[in-house]
Amino acid sequence: MRGPGVLAAWTFRVIANTKLRRGVVATAGFIVLWEIASRTGISRIPAPSAVAVTFNDLMRDPSYWFSWYLSTQRVFAGFLAAMLLGIPLGLGMAVSRAFYGTVFPVFEVLRPIPPLAWVPASIIFWPTQEMSIAFVTFLGAFYAVVINVIGGAQAIDVRYYQAARSMGSSSWDIFRRIILPGTLPSIVVGATVGIGIAWAVVVAAEMISGGGSAGSMGGAKGGGLGFFIWNSYVGGSYTQIVVGMISIGIAGYISSALLRKLGELVTPWLREQ
Amino acid sequence: MTIAPMPQISGAASAQRAAADGVAEIDVHDVSKAYGAGKFAKTVIRDCSLAIERGKLTVMIGPSGCGKSTLIRLLAGFERPTSGTITIGGKPVTEPGRDRLVLFQETALFPWMTTYDNIMFGPRARMEAGAESRKKAEFLLDKVGLGAFRRRYPTQLSGGMQRRAELARAMINDPKVMILDEPFRGLDAMTKKLMQEYYANLYEETRRTTFFVTTDIDEAIFLADRILVMTNAPARVRAVLEVNLPRPRRLEDVIENDEANLIKMQALSLLHEEAMKSFARGSKAAADFIDAYSKRIRKPS
Repeated sequence: MRGPGVLAAWTFRVIANTKLRRGVVATAGFIVLWEIASRTGISRIPAPSAVAVTFNDLMRDPSYWFSWYLSTQRVFAGFLAAMLLGIPLGLGMAVSRAFYGTVFPVFEVLRPIPPLAWVPASIIFWPTQEMSIAFVTFLGAFYAVVINVIGGAQAIDVRYYQAARSMGSSSWDIFRRIILPGTLPSIVVGATVGIGIAWAVVVAAEMISGGGSAGSMGGAKGGGLGFFIWNSYVGGSYTQIVVGMISIGIAGYISSALLRKLGELVTPWLREQ
Repeated sequence: MTIAPMPQISGAASAQRAAADGVAEIDVHDVSKAYGAGKFAKTVIRDCSLAIERGKLTVMIGPSGCGKSTLIRLLAGFERPTSGTITIGGKPVTEPGRDRLVLFQETALFPWMTTYDNIMFGPRARMEAGAESRKKAEFLLDKVGLGAFRRRYPTQLSGGMQRRAELARAMINDPKVMILDEPFRGLDAMTKKLMQEYYANLYEETRRTTFFVTTDIDEAIFLADRILVMTNAPARVRAVLEVNLPRPRRLEDVIENDEANLIKMQALSLLHEEAMKSFARGSKAAADFIDAYSKRIRKPS
C-alpha cells in the first residue's frame, strides 16, 4: 500500500504549494492545447498522446539512452573545459590591465563567431569527430563563462579593496579572499548560462557532423540526441523527433537546476534569510 | 551674520598653536588636492592645515560637498595630495596602512564573510590568526553585542549591527587612529541615537585618537573634544571650537546644556555663512543646507 500513499502525499503537496500548482496547471494546459491543435489539424506536429506512446517504447530501448549518454558526456566535457580555461582567463583579464589589453581584443573578435560556424573547421583541425564536437560545445560555454567572470570581478566594489588594503592584505590575500569570493556569484551565473548554450550547441553539432547509426552502440561514431532527432527526421518517425526535442529540454533543465543548487551551496551569503 | 567673540573660538592660524599644546597624532600641513588638469582642474582642498591630537576625539563639520570625503581619502592613503604633507604618528602617509582605519558612510563589510570572519579579516591578512587574535575577536564580538550573530552574513544584520561589526573589524587591528566618515548617516533616528551613545562609551573607554566627520551638528557636539568647522570648497579649516563638556556625556544633557547650545549656535552661524557663499554661487547642496539649518538656529536661553 506504499505506492498509493506516496502518490496521495505528492498530490497533496502539489495542491498545497502555489508555485508547484501553477507549474503543473500551466504544463497540463499546454499539453491539452497541443493535443487539440494536432487532432483538429491546426498543427502538423504529432499529438502528445502519440508522442507519449513512442516515449514509452523508447524508454525500453537502450540505444535511446545511449544517445543521452553520448550527448551528456560531450556537454560535460566541453563545459568542464570551458570552466577550467574560462575562469582563470576571465580572472586574469579582470586583475591585470596588461593581460586584458592583450587578450580581450582577440577574444572580442572571436566571440561573435557562432560556435556552429566552427564545425567544419574543427572537424578538419581535430583528429577525431568526438573531439571536434566537444570543442564546439566548449566554445559555446566558454564565452558565457569568460564574459561573466570578467564582469563579476570588475563589479567588485572598490571599498572592499580599500578596506582589505587598510587591514594589511597582500595582493595574493586580496585575490584569494576578495576577488575570488566576490566573483563567485558571477561564475555561477556564467556556468548556468554556459551549460544551457552547451546543450544547444551539442545538439546542432551532432546533427551537422552526423556519423554512425544512432542504433549502434559500442564504438559508434557520432550519435547523441542531436543525431537521434536528425535520424528520426530522415527515417520519417515524427513522434521520435518530438521525443528527442523534449529529451533535450529535460536534459538542459536538469543541468541548470543542478548547477543552481551547487551555486547556492558555494554562495551561502546570497541565500535569503 | 555676526559671531559673538567667544574664548573657545579661534581662527585657522591659531589652530596650529592650539594643537601644539597636545601631541599631534595626525598632522595635515598645507595640503591641496585638485582633480583634472589645466583648464578643467578643480581644486577640492586648498592649503588646508590641521592637527589632530593624540587621544582626542576631533570632529570635522562642514557644508556638504566641501571636500571632507576627499580629505578622508587622503588621510587613508587611497589618494595622494597634489601638494603638502600628511603625517600620522610622525610618519608621512604614502599608502593605506593599519595604523589608521577608516569607516566609510556605507558599509564595507565583506558580504561573503560571516560577522566572525569579517572581524578576523585583519589578523588573517597578516598571518596573525593565532589563539590571541581569536580571543580578541571573541572579546570584541561581545563588546559590540554581536556574539549571537557571529555566523550571520552582513545582509542578515540590521544597519546598526553592521556598523558595530565594522567597528569591531577595525578595532581588532588596534589602529593608532580611527577615521570615521559620517558613519551613522542613513541609520534611522532611534538607531542613530543608540549608536552615538554606544560610540561615545567606546571612545571614553579606549581614548583612541579619533577623527570623526559629520554634517550633523548635534552629533558633533555630543561626541567631540574639538570641532573643526570647514569652509566651503576648496576646503580649509574655518574655525576650531573646543567642547569642554564633562564626560561621560548623555544626549539629554547636551541638549539642555547652555555651553553646548552656545557652541551649536556658533557652529551654525559659521556653517550658514559658508553655505551662503556657495548659495550665491548657485549650489543646490548649499540651498538644501540652508533650508535644513536655518530652521534649527535658536538662541540659547
